[in-house]
Amino acid sequence: MATTTSQVRIGGVAQEYKRPARSLWADAWFTFTRDRFAMVGLVMLVILVAATLIGPFFYERPMGVIDFSRGLEGPSLEHPFGTDDLGRDLLGRLLWGGRVSIAVGITAVIIAISLGTAVGALAGYFRKLDNPLMRFTDVFLSLPILPLLLVIIYLFREAIAARFGPDLGIFIMIVTVIGVLNWMPVARLVRASFLSLKNKEFVEAARATGSTDRRIIFGHILPNVLSPILVAATIGVGGAILTESTLSFLGLGFPPDVPTWGRLLYDAQNFIDIAPHWVIFPGLCIFLIVLSINYIGDGLRDALDPRRRI
Amino acid sequence: MGRYVVRRLLIAIPTLLVISFVMYAILALAPIDPLASLATDPRVPPEARENIRIALGLDQPWPVRYVKWLIAVLQGDFGVSFMSHTSVSALLWQRLPNTLAVVGVAYIVGIFVAVPIGMLSAVRRNTLTDHAVSTLAYIGFSVPTFFTGLILIIIFSVKLHWLPFLYDSNLKVTDFNSLVGQLRQSIMPILVLGLFDAAVLTRYVRAEMLEHLPMDYVRTARAKGLKERAVVVRHALRNSLIPVVTLIALGVPTVFGGAIVTEQIFHVPGIGELLVRSIGSGDTPVVAAIVIIFAVLVVAFNLVADVLYGVLDPRIRYA
Repeated sequence: MATTTSQVRIGGVAQEYKRPARSLWADAWFTFTRDRFAMVGLVMLVILVAATLIGPFFYERPMGVIDFSRGLEGPSLEHPFGTDDLGRDLLGRLLWGGRVSIAVGITAVIIAISLGTAVGALAGYFRKLDNPLMRFTDVFLSLPILPLLLVIIYLFREAIAARFGPDLGIFIMIVTVIGVLNWMPVARLVRASFLSLKNKEFVEAARATGSTDRRIIFGHILPNVLSPILVAATIGVGGAILTESTLSFLGLGFPPDVPTWGRLLYDAQNFIDIAPHWVIFPGLCIFLIVLSINYIGDGLRDALDPRRRI
Repeated sequence: MGRYVVRRLLIAIPTLLVISFVMYAILALAPIDPLASLATDPRVPPEARENIRIALGLDQPWPVRYVKWLIAVLQGDFGVSFMSHTSVSALLWQRLPNTLAVVGVAYIVGIFVAVPIGMLSAVRRNTLTDHAVSTLAYIGFSVPTFFTGLILIIIFSVKLHWLPFLYDSNLKVTDFNSLVGQLRQSIMPILVLGLFDAAVLTRYVRAEMLEHLPMDYVRTARAKGLKERAVVVRHALRNSLIPVVTLIALGVPTVFGGAIVTEQIFHVPGIGELLVRSIGSGDTPVVAAIVIIFAVLVVAFNLVADVLYGVLDPRIRYA
């Protein structure tokens, strides 16, 4: 796929073209870089992710240090984003918490996408499975998602925390529940693509040469469905980060020692009158990451859609 | 059409049954005892605790409880709240007006903001207006409502002292002053939800308008000499709104879900706040009732959206 020069045989002699061959992905990247908003989003996202990944190594003020005499201070040179009620440095907590927020977003989407792709592929490819699986999807689509998320997490978090430890347990639980309640749109999308692709000539050709169902699904149809899945996954990460912060904001997310961005907002809301900075910085982080992911998702959608390419 | 509606209703019934069963199973199998607070209270003797358990029907196996609960719910009886010992229906009726006053008004505000702005944005495509509207709409649905809410509180309550912090549910509108008070305390929650809904809907309206404006019938309308305003509003907008109306119907359950967060920020004593509170105190009958109401909302408005689509667009025929 990634050949830089293509060989063409003319009269039995191999000739090399000067113009580099562009693969689908190179083409998409070319279109993507022409989209100003998408690029702004990408830069913003890279900065945020890099800050949370490598920031804690460079930013040396340890986030756990409690200093009651310096509680609820506004931004200063020593504490660029101010401090919380216990005098802990807010920037340090944001950097650490961001890792968790982003990890939740990505892991939850991997679960949702895997489930959705599996259900959608099976329903779209095997006619016998289509109706039962789609009925099943419809039932899930009718679930009241936010109330159910709250109920499940509240009821089961102690049991799971006892099993896997408080932090990891909550992580596994939140990620699983968000993933399991969000696969349905992906399943519909994948099914629709499978339905339209499975009767195409290239699939018939594959079948004629004796490919197994498994090979046709994974080797022939699925690669063609990859771009819509990728777009859905990108936008899904933003949605999952939002959902996690909503849960944390309602007090049903991570415990206080895991300062995800939603959790910071939850803790901050009672001090809103004396320490507005404590609300503003985590809120801005959530907003910026969701905004940048949405821009990237839209840019990808345009870039990966061959019909929209000029 | 009639047969289509009947068929859809028949599909909705098993869907709701499955959802209610799953929800009841989750509540019943959860490793949390709704009477845990009684268990740790030394003043309550074990026999009395057992009697309460029997009185609440918790001694029976949960599938039996589910069937009994379902039969009662079908007759409009959601049971008695564990915490406040009043009937769940009474609690819900008491909360519903507050939710509707905020969520309902906000949704209407959102629609009335989104339609003209989305239309304008599409008509002036690629102008400064359009870019500004699109960017604002984009930002609008990327900001979580709990952040917008807190920012509004910081600006209007903490810094400017214009609006009250919290929602006072005891306020009764009796005269002009209390009406002003009611408006002052509802304006921020309505704004938070309304702007979010407006941001989402504006994008739909704009996209639909952009699809319809280059169509032949719009050119015909122009060719026969109609004023531009009439072409846009009476021809293009009317047709663009068909899918938007169905989206508005589909969005109703989501909007109620969003109310959970908004009510929490401003402490509006509505259904969402009741849900979060009841989950926290293990008040199973109330939680079950609210979740099932949300599920009914989702199923009902899916149906409403489909039917509306057929009613508004005569080209759609249901087989």
